[in-house]
Amino acid sequence: MKLTINKIALALSAFAVLASTSVFGVSYAAGAKSEYKMEHVHWHFNGPRGSYDRAAVQRGYQVYREICSACHALDYLSFRHLGDKGGPYYDKAYKNPNDNPYVKAFAADWTIKDIDSETGDVIERPGTPADKFPSIFDNDAAARASNGGALPPDLSVIVAARGGGADYVYNLLTAYGLDAPKDLKLTGGLYYNPVMEGGAIAMAPPLADELIEYAPIEVNDHGTIKTIPAPVATVEQMAKDVTEFLAWSADPKMEQRKSLGFATMIYLLILSVLLYFSYKAVWRDVEH
Amino acid sequence: MGKGLIVSETVNEPHGEGAVDGEKRDFIFIATGAVAALGAASVAWPLVAQMGKAADTLAAGSIEIDLSAVEEGGQLKTLWRGKPVFVRHRTAEEIAQAENTDIANCPDPQTDAERLIPGPSGQVNPKYLVMIGVCTHFGCVPVGEAGDFDGWYCPCHGSHYDTSGRIRKGPAPKNMEIPPYEYLSDTVIKVG
Amino acid sequence: MAGHPSTYEPQYAATRWLDQRLPVIRMGADFMTFPSPRNLNYWWTFGGILSLCLVSQIITGIILAMHYVPHVDMAFDSVQRIRRDVPFGWLLQPMHAVGASMFFLAVYVHMFRGLYYGSYKAPRELLWILGCVIYLVMMATAFLGYTLPWGQMSFWGATVITGFFGAVPVVGESLQQWLLGGYSVDNATLNRFFALHYLLPFVIAGVVGLHIWALHHVGQNNPIGVTPKTKTDTLAFHPFYTVKDAFALCIFLLIFAYFIFYQPDALGHSDNYIPADPLKTPAHIVPEWYFLPFYAILRAVPDKLAGILLMFAAIVVLFVLPWLDTSKVRSMRFRPVARPFFFVFIFFCFILGWCGAGNPDDVAVPIGKGLTFKVLSQISTAYYFAYFLIILPILGMTEKAKERPVSITKSVLGDHAAAPAE
Repeated sequence: MKLTINKIALALSAFAVLASTSVFGVSYAAGAKSEYKMEHVHWHFNGPRGSYDRAAVQRGYQVYREICSACHALDYLSFRHLGDKGGPYYDKAYKNPNDNPYVKAFAADWTIKDIDSETGDVIERPGTPADKFPSIFDNDAAARASNGGALPPDLSVIVAARGGGADYVYNLLTAYGLDAPKDLKLTGGLYYNPVMEGGAIAMAPPLADELIEYAPIEVNDHGTIKTIPAPVATVEQMAKDVTEFLAWSADPKMEQRKSLGFATMIYLLILSVLLYFSYKAVWRDVEH
Repeated sequence: MGKGLIVSETVNEPHGEGAVDGEKRDFIFIATGAVAALGAASVAWPLVAQMGKAADTLAAGSIEIDLSAVEEGGQLKTLWRGKPVFVRHRTAEEIAQAENTDIANCPDPQTDAERLIPGPSGQVNPKYLVMIGVCTHFGCVPVGEAGDFDGWYCPCHGSHYDTSGRIRKGPAPKNMEIPPYEYLSDTVIKVG
Repeated sequence: MAGHPSTYEPQYAATRWLDQRLPVIRMGADFMTFPSPRNLNYWWTFGGILSLCLVSQIITGIILAMHYVPHVDMAFDSVQRIRRDVPFGWLLQPMHAVGASMFFLAVYVHMFRGLYYGSYKAPRELLWILGCVIYLVMMATAFLGYTLPWGQMSFWGATVITGFFGAVPVVGESLQQWLLGGYSVDNATLNRFFALHYLLPFVIAGVVGLHIWALHHVGQNNPIGVTPKTKTDTLAFHPFYTVKDAFALCIFLLIFAYFIFYQPDALGHSDNYIPADPLKTPAHIVPEWYFLPFYAILRAVPDKLAGILLMFAAIVVLFVLPWLDTSKVRSMRFRPVARPFFFVFIFFCFILGWCGAGNPDDVAVPIGKGLTFKVLSQISTAYYFAYFLIILPILGMTEKAKERPVSITKSVLGDHAAAPAE
């Protein structure tokens, strides 16, 4: 009798552990009450050995530059990050990303506000790799004023800042155009998007098929130059690419972290085994 | 604090003999201890008081708000002393709801008129509700046009406020606070 | 450190010289030869694990402080800079953030071990209370530290927690504003939180010193709770327990490393990647996982002040536990009635954690009309307090304990044991 009580109690505890751990997984899925089912994308960076798909991140940068950057900033990113180790345009030949020709060209493509050191006037000049990505609006109030009162969030950490991560961003970009539930009031300038908390979003559908044109991409794969043909710029393709770019932007050191992690886990495993046998050796003659 | 320590332990021995002498000494020790304690407290006070509000924080001052900019059914949210101030331009329906509430059942009974400040004419203008948009529970910012009473709803711990900003349901103990403000004209108020 | 006679003999002139003036080597040597019960199991390795957690947090914390900027305009950015630009910042920042969770994980195991094996009973009451003090200061440190990245959860967590002080009658508002240094959580708050977050770990280290001192004075408890009587009951701390602790520590590090390298954000909340915004409260404020049970107790009662008092009472009750548990038997192994109650207690602690993460009005268990998180947390809170205030005091007087072994040696070796030489 007593034994069964113990067993029941243990089983209950085990159940509680499971329940309380699973809550972290499910609590974020709530929000939109509609029937929309989040699509789980098989990301290249998923899993313990996953890495960023260079070509996708590069295309994603193009999507950001040509579409998103009209409203959204990348507050915590500088141009030089594009050429950092783990970044989309990293090249072994340019240890210092400031020298990387791709990075230089991308930076020069942007205008940066600066102060003329001679006259003190506000001037505009082309960007350099050391510059941060410029803010599109001078301040939040200006951003709201240009966007019907809504503030376009910074995108540099957006994948980390949303519960569903990369899947959330991908689904948000592709879930436009569905019929809104009848009880949802969509007042001026709002669009229905079941992924958005509450279902109403101020961002107009940003993507449309073949809104931009992709070019083939040359990737340096362990010394050999591989050419990756340009995919058709469908909404899904662009959403995937820009999400891959934003995932990199939120966690640019992921590849470094995972590779050191692999070495660390192996090391700790070996040390554990050795310590276990040391423990056995020390305690050999001691009953306990 | 010092006197117990000084008297009891170290001084016990010497004044065993002459009782009169001992009393005199006791007085000196108590006086010394008291003066030392006063000094210690004087030193401690600045160390404690420095954590209070600094002069620039206190001087955060007042703001003027133009009510005519808020359209009917809309709400203006602005920062005053680091806290959000709500200016709600209430619809006729909301005003009726706020005025026709039986306040006897409210946790913090206040009539709607008590929550408004008279304008230059001496009359209150029920259209504009001005209050500090901070939940009186733990200081979150409630969401407008939500909750069981169509007023505000606090997402943190589920407090429901009505269209007058009165607490009706949930853990918050008080109505949302009304900031000190006055009408400069019919449509401009000064908060603070 | 009293406890056992010193066997250290200085070998050289220099060590003799030192030993007569400042016997630090002797202290270390005595530490290593400290007689420990021979039957300590793996639950006893968490003391060592916790020491490493503290050292790791202090080292990574000091490093982060070299790069972090405690200002409302720069705090969030400086953390991003640490993760992106500071050499190895991408490693050290998650080490510190994940380290906090690991620290609490280990401290909870350590505390439940103490509860199960009765490590708080005479003569270890003060040892236990010092442990409770460490836990309390740890909670304060963790809360202050969580404010520093200045994300949405940092800001609103700080707002809610400092709001507790506003509930104090009469002086509440003044006290709260004194703590904040303003009318609301702002730059003054962030700055002082940073200063205190830097200070408190050293306070913890000091109390840990007292905790270990007390431990070495009264000796370790052990799984059967029978005090060591003869030499065969104990083993020297080194090498027996140093190697056992090292092995357990390495396994613990494997879990630690897994989180740092593969799931650095899993234990945090995504909203903390949004910079603090005083105008917008996140839809669902939750504290870090290690505070969830207390958060559930706070929300179990509708009254603000009562909720806060109950939450603090949940910690205070741990301090007086040595006098609440009236049983003379330490280990639950020999308490057939109390043991299942203990497992149910653990169960409800997890349930409280689950309730803390849930929305009070949501249905937690679909029984009947649906059991909401609020009701579930009320039931769990009731059991939490009943365990300490009713079950343990009564069981100590009514329960008939199982027969306990005469000595540790006897329990380890069974009938092969030579009779204790007495």
